[in-house]
Amino acid sequence: MIYIILTLTLLLLMIASAVYAIWQKDLLYAVIASGILSLFLSIVFLILQAPDVALTEAAIGVALTTIIFIIAIRNTVRFEDEHDKKKVKTTTK
Amino acid sequence: MNYIIYFSLTVMILALILSAIRFYKGPSAGDRTLALDTMTTIGVSGIVLLSYMYNRYIYLDVALVYGVLGFIGVIVIARYLEKAL
Amino acid sequence: MSILEILGGILLVIGSIFLFLGSLGIYRMPDVFNRLQAGTKASTLGAMATILGVGLLAPGWILKIIIIILFIGYSNPISSHALARAMHKRKAFMYFKGEEIDAYKEIEEKDNTEK
Repeated sequence: MIYIILTLTLLLLMIASAVYAIWQKDLLYAVIASGILSLFLSIVFLILQAPDVALTEAAIGVALTTIIFIIAIRNTVRFEDEHDKKKVKTTTK
Repeated sequence: MNYIIYFSLTVMILALILSAIRFYKGPSAGDRTLALDTMTTIGVSGIVLLSYMYNRYIYLDVALVYGVLGFIGVIVIARYLEKAL
Repeated sequence: MSILEILGGILLVIGSIFLFLGSLGIYRMPDVFNRLQAGTKASTLGAMATILGVGLLAPGWILKIIIIILFIGYSNPISSHALARAMHKRKAFMYFKGEEIDAYKEIEEKDNTEK
């Protein structure tokens, strides 16, 4: 019973954070939401008894994806609406 | 002994839901990053508890990787907010 | 039931209640510094107590458990310090304005006057 409640809550939170990451106009918040999604996905993989996949998801989803997305946001613009108003300026600093 | 573990898991689920509400409501970027940090900490203890429930020693490695790597994302976001990255 | 299992069960209950109190502080507190104060310390204590409780329940795992506790003990204050510093530099909203003791600003002013 507790397994069903735990898995159901984690899946609902995963779906909610994924929908939030799609609808959000601020790209930084979307990156944080994808980090939360990857955290819950790792716990769900652990419940489904796949520890190697959970290990890979933990290493890639939490650290590597967040760092790469933050560096990409640093080099472009933070808000999604700014893409329409002006050209994306890529700084080569 | 099983009821104590069920109680701990239920309380952890409630804590995760409260942090998720703060992530949804939080007015600034710092609140959302703080919610991510707290969720990572609760997730590490939850993974350790799940590894005791399944009685597998190998599941502790996932918690170890989360303990090592979980704070790097928060530090990168904080340095970006500080405009110092 | 041995004495280790009783101690482990008590630590599990205490740790999970502290995790819940940390999240309740994050939900209830008015501004971001109070949320950092409430959330990080209570969550660190709760996670340490829970993991140590599992280590007492299964005594063969104690070595890796201690390594996880050490990693949590150094990684959680580092991240909360970086976050608090970033929010302080961005001049975030303070609820108890006028009552704070801002040691960081005093050090900055001292450095500026020495230059």
